[in-house]
Amino acid sequence: MEHSVKEITYHHEPGGDEVVKKIIKTTVLLSVITVIELGLGLLMYAVPMAAALILFLKGVIVILSLAKAFYIVGVFMHLGDELKNLIMTIVVPLMLFIWFIAAFLWDGNSWKVLRNTYKGAPEVTAPAATHAEGQH
Amino acid sequence: MATAHAQMETKWWSGGKSPFNVEYGKLMMWYFLMSDAFTFGAFLISYGTIRFSQNYWPDPNQVFNAFPLAGHANLPLAFVSLMTFILIVSSVTMVLAVHAGHKNDKQGVIKWMIWTIIGGIAFLSCQAWEWTHLITGDHLVLINGEVKELGTTVSMNPWGPAANVTGHEGHHVTTPGPVAFGGYFFGITGFHGFHVLSGVVINIVMLVMAINGTFERKGHYWMIEKAGLYWHFVDLVWVFVFLCFYLI
Repeated sequence: MEHSVKEITYHHEPGGDEVVKKIIKTTVLLSVITVIELGLGLLMYAVPMAAALILFLKGVIVILSLAKAFYIVGVFMHLGDELKNLIMTIVVPLMLFIWFIAAFLWDGNSWKVLRNTYKGAPEVTAPAATHAEGQH
Repeated sequence: MATAHAQMETKWWSGGKSPFNVEYGKLMMWYFLMSDAFTFGAFLISYGTIRFSQNYWPDPNQVFNAFPLAGHANLPLAFVSLMTFILIVSSVTMVLAVHAGHKNDKQGVIKWMIWTIIGGIAFLSCQAWEWTHLITGDHLVLINGEVKELGTTVSMNPWGPAANVTGHEGHHVTTPGPVAFGGYFFGITGFHGFHVLSGVVINIVMLVMAINGTFERKGHYWMIEKAGLYWHFVDLVWVFVFLCFYLI
């Protein structure tokens, strides 16, 4: 019914100075986040601290990096200005990363634990094992 | 938002128009970048798996503490910060080139593309220096009771735990660290560097086309936009390479 309608041209970005302002604002934001990340990285190096605190600071750095990624994709790549359906076709498949990261880091850790607790191949004479227990 | 309201009323799927309101090439660039994100993700996650499986891993603050012309000064993360800022700035000049393209401003596109290319080349030069420094920088490593001078390569990692001996003139001696460190570092930063290199080549092609007036004749600068998406993606990947290798 609307076949006479011409293909809508791709507008997306308003062409004014506000865009340049937004770019500059984002640049400053990205730089500030990077400086904070570096500060935390150097803090972990310079000040001796508990392992739990180091892990916490590393978590903070990861979250800050995700924020950087969000601004680069949303503002610099203008994904935020696209149609919602398009955004979803890109973002939803990336959800795989949640499983991907969790499963493989878990696997790596399990590998370490197994290797550290491995005491050599078990004795072939299994029934005798109960007898020998506690002798070492 | 007014535009969001207008989008709600448009029947995007009724045919005769792009349902995503983007040009074909740009949509495909997005899907290519998504698949590339999985490639980089797989590399970085495999690095994470190996790192989680090790009892010892080198501290990036100790490995990456050199700066060109600074001799043996201990400047942890200084050089890689410079590289990060170069890449962020080149990303900004790329957005400005795309923005100039939206306004059909040929001179603006040319100017900002030149700056973006310079930024890319500067980043690659920094990486070349860093690799050279790591490969040729000799460290005293204790192997089979013998102290040797070795650099970081894909088969040798001198950044292990400290050894119980001191080298001549009291130099610090270590035992070899996990060998996967060099392979992952050179492999992943190399793959990223190759992306930067191809991005620079693409940007140079875009610059030549802009100077020749190809886009002017077409009436739009969409190609600059697509090259821009690729370039920003390279910057995006660096955020995570920087995170995984240098910060944590």
